[in-house]
Amino acid sequence: MSGGFLTLTGVRKEFNGVVAVEDFNLDVTEGEFVSFLGPSGCGKTTTLRMVAGFEPPTSGNIRLAGEDVTYAKANERNIGMVFQSYALFPNMTVADNIGFGLRIRRQDTAGREAKVAELLDLIHLPDKGKSYPNELSGGQQQRVALARALAISPQLLLLDEPLSALDAKIRDELRAEIRRIQRQLNITTIYVTHDQEEALALSDRIVVMSKGQMEQVGAPFEIYNNPSTGFVASFVGQLNRLPATVIDQAAGRLRVGQGEVRTTSGVESAPGTEVSLMMRPEELTLDDEADNVLEGTVETVTFLGSIVRVQVAVDGGRLIADLFNERLLRLPVAGESTQISFPAHACWVMV
Amino acid sequence: MTFTTTPIPVTEEAPVVAAPAKSSRLVAWLILAGGVLYFLIPLGATFWWSLRAEKDVLGFEAYRRLFEDSRFWPSLTESVVNAVAAIILSLLIIVPTAYWVTLRIPKLRPVVEFITLLPFVIPAVVLVFGLIRLYGRPPLLLTSTYGSSRVILICAYAALSFPYMFRSVDNGLRAMDVRSLTEAAQSLGAGWPTIMRRVIFPNLRVALLSGALLTFAIVIGELTVALFMAQQTFGPYMANLTRSKVYEPSAMAIVAFGITWFAMGMIALITRPGKRR
Repeated sequence: MSGGFLTLTGVRKEFNGVVAVEDFNLDVTEGEFVSFLGPSGCGKTTTLRMVAGFEPPTSGNIRLAGEDVTYAKANERNIGMVFQSYALFPNMTVADNIGFGLRIRRQDTAGREAKVAELLDLIHLPDKGKSYPNELSGGQQQRVALARALAISPQLLLLDEPLSALDAKIRDELRAEIRRIQRQLNITTIYVTHDQEEALALSDRIVVMSKGQMEQVGAPFEIYNNPSTGFVASFVGQLNRLPATVIDQAAGRLRVGQGEVRTTSGVESAPGTEVSLMMRPEELTLDDEADNVLEGTVETVTFLGSIVRVQVAVDGGRLIADLFNERLLRLPVAGESTQISFPAHACWVMV
Repeated sequence: MTFTTTPIPVTEEAPVVAAPAKSSRLVAWLILAGGVLYFLIPLGATFWWSLRAEKDVLGFEAYRRLFEDSRFWPSLTESVVNAVAAIILSLLIIVPTAYWVTLRIPKLRPVVEFITLLPFVIPAVVLVFGLIRLYGRPPLLLTSTYGSSRVILICAYAALSFPYMFRSVDNGLRAMDVRSLTEAAQSLGAGWPTIMRRVIFPNLRVALLSGALLTFAIVIGELTVALFMAQQTFGPYMANLTRSKVYEPSAMAIVAFGITWFAMGMIALITRPGKRR
């Protein structure tokens, strides 16, 4: 394989004959932030645990910084791990938690204290060294857990749904914090999440997983705008799907209900084939200005603050349009008829 | 006189219901009063009797004689040492077992739970005859000397403590996120001995103490096994005293009661909620 910093080759994991992860291949470069994204049970956490050394792979190979660590014990790898449940040692102070790994490594007291102080500054909790975990808020505890994982200067930082147990507000703050610290230390990071927004916001690259398989690997922009499978398209972001019939393959013309639309994304199916036409809600507008125009009836209007989500029944299906809110926006009314339009480059065909 | 080892009642706030009618509240108080009297009258009578060792005077003569009895302190000391040894043995067996069951083989929990409950099901008499049959003849002749019998006695006490110890430890383990804490420690470089010493044991402190104190309370007053193993511990001493003296057994009962309650009080104190662990 090529010389990635972390390389997983043909990694497979079975639990009692049930396949949890299959044919997992990934090269992570040094300093990269990679997210494993997928619904629960897709194998993302299992893969992370194999990298951490908590589960041995059934087959395959894991290399870290040029060394084969496939069957190395967890405590022999130099990997920092952050858990969803924080997993701080309740019997130790914040400082002792952070210094735990250094104590194991028999670092002298002065060096340990200096490192702990440095990390407390990094996570913006300089005064909390003497507190116990149960005296901190969830967000603070997770910061401490992050500092504890970083204290051992790990080659790799693993985060297993670290924000799932937190409130929305704290989640956003800590998300930015994680990215800032990761950039500052330039530490290679793998982040497991089921939250597509987190993955999109944080990652250099995302691995989308489903049923133990890798669906797609790519930069957030790539994953969102050019999903390679139906699963990725529907799991990452909202997606409209309209049944359509190919009319002219070369010109990209398709029949939708009684109307006709055109796509520039390329059609591979022969004329007459039943396909699905996909488009993102934010590409749709309630006017007739774009290339493709369909007639429809407004069904529901949901005001979401920065976005107004409008569901429109069209011939042959249902479309969701996300309109940007502005103060002069005229809100559509349920029951009124409307036109809905989207550019030819915004839609694509899936079989 | 034997020790009672009723677990500390868990005080939970009663669910809020409509205010009870006056009559039903009266009934509740009567039941409570009945219960209190049921316990207090024999206790009070025993205490009263223990104060009457001297003719026509109330005083602590029986207690003085008891404490001056040449067998009192040695037998009590022997039982205390036995109890401490049994606690240590029990901890060394139960903590790793419960930890491993929780972490690796949770399916086996019911089996282990059943095994630890066996001392409740098997009467002490049966246990001790089993022990004597096994260890009372070659090739495992261990009842030949007082010291080796004592070792068997301590092992038997450790077994008797399993129901309490396993339950305490199991509760303690369930109250913390064993798997994540273990994995966190592992990823930071800790091996099994360090994880046990620095993470698991310290976080089980309260559970271990309550299990240990319950064990202490059982062992101090235990009669059957000690008697059949011909051990001169506190239990047989108490039984013997009951047969030969008039006032001292009552004084002894009060002292024993005091020791038990001291142990219970310690548990309550240590497990006091809101205390930082």
